[in-house]
Amino acid sequence: MSGGQPNRLAEGGLVQRDREIAFHFDGRRYHGHAGDTLASALIANGVRLVGRSFKYHRPRGVFTAGSEEPNALVELGRGAGRDPNSRATVTELHDGLVASSQNRFPSLGFDVLAFNDLLAPFLAAGFYYKTFMWPAAFWEKLYEPVIRRAAGLGALSGKADPDAYEKATAHCDVLIIGAGPAGLQAALTAARGGARVILADEDFVPGGRLNGERMEIARTPAHEWAAKAATELASMKNVRLLTRTTVFGAYDGGTYAGLERVADHLPAVPPHQPRQRLWRFVARRAILCAGATERPVAFADNDRPGVMLASAVRTYVNRFAALPGRSTIVFTCNDDGWRTAGDLIAAGGAVEAILDTRGAEDIAHLRDIAGDAPVFTRARPIGTAGHKGLSAVTFLNANDRPVTLSADCLAISGGWNPNVHLTCHRRGRPVWNDRIAAFVPGSDAPPGMVVAGAAAGAFSTHGALAQGTERALEVLGDLGSKQPASGIPDAEDAPYAIQPVWHITQSKGRAWLDLQNDVTVKDVEVSHAEGFRSVEHMKRYTTLGMATDQGKTASVPAIAVMANLTGRSIAETGTTIFRPPYTPVAIAAFAGGLRGRAFRPIRLTPAHDWSKEQGAVFTEAGLWLRPQWYPRRGEKSWRESVDREVRQTRRSVGVNDVSTLGKIDVKGADAAAFLDRLYTNTMSTLTVGKVRYGLMLREDGFVLDDGTVARLGDSHYLVTTTTANAGLVMQHVDYCHQVHWPELDVHMVSVSDQYAQFAIAGPNARKVLRKLVDARFDIANEAFPYMACGEITVCGGVAARLFRISFSGELAYEVAVPARHGDAMIRAIMEAGREFDIVPYGLEALNVMRIEKGHPVGSELNGQTTAGDLGLARMISAKKDCIGKVMAGRPALTDADRMTLAGFKPVAEGEELTAGAHFVGIGREAKTAHDEGYMTSVCFSPSLGHFIGLGFIRRGHQRHGDKVRAVDAVRGRDIEVEICSPHFVDPQGERLRG
Amino acid sequence: MRLPCPLCGERDHSEFVYRGDANVVRPDAEAPGAQRAFHEFVHLRANPAGWHKEHWYHEMGCRSWIVVERNTLTHEVRGAVTAAEHTLARRPAPVADEGGR
Amino acid sequence: MRYSALSLLVNAFSGQKNWTPVWREPEPKPEYDVVVVGGGGHGLSTAYYLAREFGLANVAVVEKGWLGSGNIGRNTTIVRSNYLLPGNEPFYEFSLKLWEGLEQDLNYNAMFSQRGVLNLFHNDAQRDAYARRGNAMRLEGVDAELLDQAAVRRLCPFLEFNDVRFPIQGGLLQRRAGTARHDAVAWGYARGADSRGVDLIQNCEVTGFLVEGGSIRGVETTRGTIKARKVGVAVAGSTTRVMDKAGLRLPIESHVLQAFVTEGLKPILPGVVSYGLGHFYISQSDKGGLVFGGDIDGYNSYAQRGNLPMVEHVCEIGMAMMPMLGRARILRSWGGVMDMSMDGSPIIDRTPIDGLYLNCGWCYGGFKATPASGYCFAHLIARDQPHEVATAYRLDRFETGHVIDELGHGAQPNLH
Repeated sequence: MSGGQPNRLAEGGLVQRDREIAFHFDGRRYHGHAGDTLASALIANGVRLVGRSFKYHRPRGVFTAGSEEPNALVELGRGAGRDPNSRATVTELHDGLVASSQNRFPSLGFDVLAFNDLLAPFLAAGFYYKTFMWPAAFWEKLYEPVIRRAAGLGALSGKADPDAYEKATAHCDVLIIGAGPAGLQAALTAARGGARVILADEDFVPGGRLNGERMEIARTPAHEWAAKAATELASMKNVRLLTRTTVFGAYDGGTYAGLERVADHLPAVPPHQPRQRLWRFVARRAILCAGATERPVAFADNDRPGVMLASAVRTYVNRFAALPGRSTIVFTCNDDGWRTAGDLIAAGGAVEAILDTRGAEDIAHLRDIAGDAPVFTRARPIGTAGHKGLSAVTFLNANDRPVTLSADCLAISGGWNPNVHLTCHRRGRPVWNDRIAAFVPGSDAPPGMVVAGAAAGAFSTHGALAQGTERALEVLGDLGSKQPASGIPDAEDAPYAIQPVWHITQSKGRAWLDLQNDVTVKDVEVSHAEGFRSVEHMKRYTTLGMATDQGKTASVPAIAVMANLTGRSIAETGTTIFRPPYTPVAIAAFAGGLRGRAFRPIRLTPAHDWSKEQGAVFTEAGLWLRPQWYPRRGEKSWRESVDREVRQTRRSVGVNDVSTLGKIDVKGADAAAFLDRLYTNTMSTLTVGKVRYGLMLREDGFVLDDGTVARLGDSHYLVTTTTANAGLVMQHVDYCHQVHWPELDVHMVSVSDQYAQFAIAGPNARKVLRKLVDARFDIANEAFPYMACGEITVCGGVAARLFRISFSGELAYEVAVPARHGDAMIRAIMEAGREFDIVPYGLEALNVMRIEKGHPVGSELNGQTTAGDLGLARMISAKKDCIGKVMAGRPALTDADRMTLAGFKPVAEGEELTAGAHFVGIGREAKTAHDEGYMTSVCFSPSLGHFIGLGFIRRGHQRHGDKVRAVDAVRGRDIEVEICSPHFVDPQGERLRG
Repeated sequence: MRLPCPLCGERDHSEFVYRGDANVVRPDAEAPGAQRAFHEFVHLRANPAGWHKEHWYHEMGCRSWIVVERNTLTHEVRGAVTAAEHTLARRPAPVADEGGR
Repeated sequence: MRYSALSLLVNAFSGQKNWTPVWREPEPKPEYDVVVVGGGGHGLSTAYYLAREFGLANVAVVEKGWLGSGNIGRNTTIVRSNYLLPGNEPFYEFSLKLWEGLEQDLNYNAMFSQRGVLNLFHNDAQRDAYARRGNAMRLEGVDAELLDQAAVRRLCPFLEFNDVRFPIQGGLLQRRAGTARHDAVAWGYARGADSRGVDLIQNCEVTGFLVEGGSIRGVETTRGTIKARKVGVAVAGSTTRVMDKAGLRLPIESHVLQAFVTEGLKPILPGVVSYGLGHFYISQSDKGGLVFGGDIDGYNSYAQRGNLPMVEHVCEIGMAMMPMLGRARILRSWGGVMDMSMDGSPIIDRTPIDGLYLNCGWCYGGFKATPASGYCFAHLIARDQPHEVATAYRLDRFETGHVIDELGHGAQPNLH
């Protein structure tokens, strides 16, 4: 035995003995080798107790050597990047690895919650549904906190995940899932046929079971054959070989999800590398070669550390040269279990006995394997001993006499279950196969997927190699690729003989099925007795198979136990549904790089840098960042800045960056006719060089969006949308054209990003503009009146579009230039406006001015309002159909009692208004029945010197002058307001025509 | 899920926006009973468990509305045509112009 | 058998051998007063309240699979009554009140836990929209608090406030909201209904309706004809498929909603939190799993499973909101079929066939509604009149325009 690692075999194994690695477990320092997993290193160091179970806090040891591990869950690392519930069996050992046990207090050896184990008689399946109900208030305060603390396994750090993640997409002809004998052979065959192949395996060494077995392929050790195959594949240009990559989900259209653990095996994530990479594989065909998982047998106290799957025992011996026990008993009901005995003996381990449930005649051909070890036929374990680790096993011999033997390891083989999971992710159901006593893939695997090797129930090495070859050739045929000459290398082809045993019924006491969630045969019996007999009811009532391993080793034995209780067959009982992911995947991996400030892209207008130079405060508007206000030195609050911007705009001139508006260019002989069908009002009568305000409805009659329509030519319009709805309206416009009226000769394109657009507003707007617009264009009031538009040039020949439209209510223009000139344009505007003390104004000032004018925006166009609600019923032309017109005529939408848009002002001087308040009649109780409407937008009006608001209230347009309460209970406010016209400033619109 | 855009080829469905049943046809607003017909057009759906012709919009591609035939039980996709083609193909054949050319 | 600490004790000492089935497995009788189609949460609670509140015990529930096999067994278990519109809010508050007394009423611990639901907002417009909603709740006598950023920080210090694309400005909190153990709700109602004489008939699929002269006479099932004076259908997810057999075309699309649970973790989330820009909601179960979800995938589906883009989308939002989630591993994802209605609100109404009643269109809010949905449906079936809190859930509201559109997205189910 190697120094310091008491259970390390002197020779053999695939670990690199010349590379020693130091690691910590529960504060103690140990050594292992490169090529070890944490589990194999712990075993080599003689550590048997590695965890505690979920419910009873029973001592737990390593149970498997793979990703199906239910017991050996640890927290890895320290600090923000701590990884709870990590399976030691698939954790590659690396320098500085720090692991600690979990779900125990104060220590793994002494866990006070192990007291739960004594309470086990009271804690049968479903106990919590039957108590903790009195008194009701105690649930949140007492019972639940206690239950919650006791439950859960590992703990998150509570800090942001410090590592980087990324996503990648790869297309291939053939995705091969699993690099065991079937997968390697399939990959070699497909790749030699010229197909683009991706081969992914969850392990860090390709080979699958070949690395854990003592056998030969083509007369070389199997692991060497695997390594050679992997080398050949890695050298081929049409192959991508991904180790440490679990294909965990099968989705539609040949899409598969994989997780590559790029840096989990390294002491630190290398620079510019992610910790993990989420792969989306798009594959024309997939060959599932995911192997099989061994299953245990239930009998009393079968849960102690030292009880392991037989295949795991020989994996630790063969691959890791680590001996799980000084003296091992092998318990099996099939031939495969004997391999463990043989390999142990060959490695110099002590086999105390071989227990086989079968009769002497069934195992005659295996006798030689046992050597000197005693063999017990028709043997049935009925109990174990040992507190924190196995010390003895008691079984009934062929004469039903109890026999007790000392051993610190029990290797159990209850047979093998094909890993059918990915065949079921699209709701396929596995089918029961009596010959191998296991569920195998059904005929309803995802389209394009075939299954080879142990995953398909071919358990011999030859069978796996042969199926890998055959499936790959079939796939090549499907894809029309050439068929390479292919031989199947020599390998063992032992028949798989099993007489399945699920539960030793003669054993008394708790017989574990689900080791992590502590579900025993008794719990399944209680579930059955209480009527929870469907396999789904059983799972949900007992929590069997709901632990981190999703019942990979527990489910089939439990199904068999339930089948026995109900008298149905296992096939009739069926499985629960297999769902992605195959093994758990970190949330961060799914998010990839889209987190923090990079969560969503940021859209910036062409004038953004300029606004930033001015010290603008920005706010999010969808994906856009827009200037909210432009503070000046000495201003103490945002209100001060906004009030100034409004006052100066109304007094002289201001400029606002409106580039974010949606802009759609519409052209074609039928453009006018098309727009008539989209808008409630008529656009075909608009003369060239004019703009009209337009209202669009959804087909259900509610308002979709508003904006302007400018006619730039006979068959050329430019349509604007609100910033928020730019994408939605484009979609809608395309829908209406392509789905409803494809015969119309009209073409649309979004030009939102192609133009920078600025609103210049205020009494001096024309004077500013005059300095910018090239002299040959007349923009005098008569030549370019309110609602005029035209194509012009500015600043000496820069093509531009000019619209005389106003959102602020002032004399105003919007000038649009190609986006690349946006930055220069805003600087030119500011320069031209300097003599008028031009101010840039932000979204807040824009909002104030539009409320003062009673223009609706998103708060009013909330998808619940009609044209009538907004006071725009007259905009629905009676002369033509348009989208939404018919449905706008439904009784509820034309009800005279509807809430309509109105203005509101506080009754008491100086009172603030708040949006979201509901209106209730004065003197009436504030309750739903008296709810008359709600406030949508409010602001302080610098023009009027008090707060004003917009809102919807029943028959609002008829109630100007009435007073109601604005009840804002969530802000602790309840004030009187007066209903008024929503047009607070210049209701006649004289300024904008000036 | 992969959708065969007739213009762009096969793409992941995340490039598309969904809009439901492609069998409904916008009624004639002038015809008698238009309100009832529009109600049925806007609200009532066959919602089959099985093959379904449905509208998708290739928003992150060519901006085509397409009609995809897809199985709502299995998510298998049988094919797709542009919505414009689909609409025009469903129109009743134009009455022959008796006046000649 | 009445459940109590004592019953647990007695069974502990008798080796758990004396538990009896929580429900019988009866053969269907030839005729019932009422047949409820659908043994999910809503169907079972309907049967329970028919027996308990309306004195109708000659009732059968017919279920094509196993009891609770629909969306009651695959949701994210959130219970709340923070609705905006007067058509909804009183109904959901009625439901919440029933939740508050449910376990004592059923003598079954469904682990209803009022640990609060917090909806975050990220800009002024959202804040005002939440104020509007919070005030609507307060007018109905429901608890609602508008929190500013500092208050959200105190309540949920684990949220990300600094490295963010969309800063958290505050949230709307309903403290009485929370979560419940979903399966247990189905089992509790089933046990309560069974003990009051209701026949719960599993593996019994309805294949047709018996209609004579415009009136319902019963149902055809895979286990034979069952006559009934009245039939109530509560089969959200399968509504179209079942009601097709009665010749009804409905304002419903079936969509898939995915949900996710992580491995068990020590307690880290106090209540339910949801993000304001993009749909994401999360809570922690008593077993320690983080249970979360987001939007529906967005296309018609009966497949009970979804696709990868939505998984990524949901996790992106989760990470943006609380990047401490990063190392939590998704253990299982699943999908349920949602009855998405054209306005995002449910239907509890009569049908054109006399004596045939319909309960559907729950979108993805059906779990919280389980008690009130059953109560109101039972009321409608027993009295042929809608319960006062469910008068808005009419089938003809789409034609008349009395839609209940909380989100304002219009007649496009995948946007609700």
